[in-house]
Amino acid sequence: MLRYLIPLVIFVVLAVFLAIGLTRDPHELKSVLINKPAPTFRVPQLNASDKMISNEDMRGKVWLLNVWASWCVACREEHPYLIEYAKSGVVPIYGLNYKDRREDALATLDELGDPYTVSAVDLDGRVGIDFGVYGAPETYVIDQGGTIRFKYVGPMMPDVWKEKILPVVQELNRGTAK
Amino acid sequence: MTRLRLLPILLIFLLAPVIKAQVQEEEVPSDDPVIEQRLQNLSKELRCLQCQNQTLADSPAGLAADLRREIRIQMKAGKSDKEIIAFLTQRYGDFILYKPRVTYTTYLLWFGPFILLLGGLYLLFHYIKQRRDLITEKPLSADEHRRAEELLGSLPGKETT
Repeated sequence: MLRYLIPLVIFVVLAVFLAIGLTRDPHELKSVLINKPAPTFRVPQLNASDKMISNEDMRGKVWLLNVWASWCVACREEHPYLIEYAKSGVVPIYGLNYKDRREDALATLDELGDPYTVSAVDLDGRVGIDFGVYGAPETYVIDQGGTIRFKYVGPMMPDVWKEKILPVVQELNRGTAK
Repeated sequence: MTRLRLLPILLIFLLAPVIKAQVQEEEVPSDDPVIEQRLQNLSKELRCLQCQNQTLADSPAGLAADLRREIRIQMKAGKSDKEIIAFLTQRYGDFILYKPRVTYTTYLLWFGPFILLLGGLYLLFHYIKQRRDLITEKPLSADEHRRAEELLGSLPGKETT
């Protein structure tokens, strides 16, 4: 009896472990910055290179930071939806134009439209390092006090927006209303 | 057939103008050999977040080059390896370390093999002991002796008394 039971138990335990492993995406890393203050940056704006933008400018409101680039194919995928989200006016979307040529970035926005309130320029990827960026597109939800509340890696498609981003934003906005 | 085979090549050429490159500063090694050596040693223990199965030392990814540049800058500023690792884990988490830290989430990883080893040793000794018990000669009891005699005696061709 035992001689059949032991291999069976080993098999079941292994199968359960492997089954859990299959449902996980190894590329999705949990950010260590959740519930920590967003790193400070002060970089030029994409549309007006003589003007600077800092995360201090967004203090007091809930905002999204969307890491994007013209060379990033998945960013093109989410781009039309970003425009819709921006139009809905629920939350302002700020861009972090990551390691991109200015002319390429501006051409992309000309072609596809510009969903960003302002795009910050991170030419050498230094701001990206502070935010723990490892692959565009990435989207951060940052609250009124400048704390990162949520991070999503990958294109922010409508299901992600509805199920993951919006609830967090609404919860945070309710916090201000009180 | 040949026309179909040409299609992907044609597509590449058609798409070429759409593909834009990442801005990547050229990687400049430090003029200080000590820093380069330290970077070599340190980056072998760090994971490239983009390729995940490559170390920061080996990875050709843009992010890896950026992180190497950042490490050079910090080393030049006099930061210790420990401080640099702290800087990186604050941003990218423990995942950037190839050698996982011993925390409660990694106990199984660190100590699991030893538990398996102990279990295996126990089973091995158990098995050997069982075998030995089977093999070792035990003196026959008087009753067994008598039965053996009887059996031997009844063998054909071996006549006794």
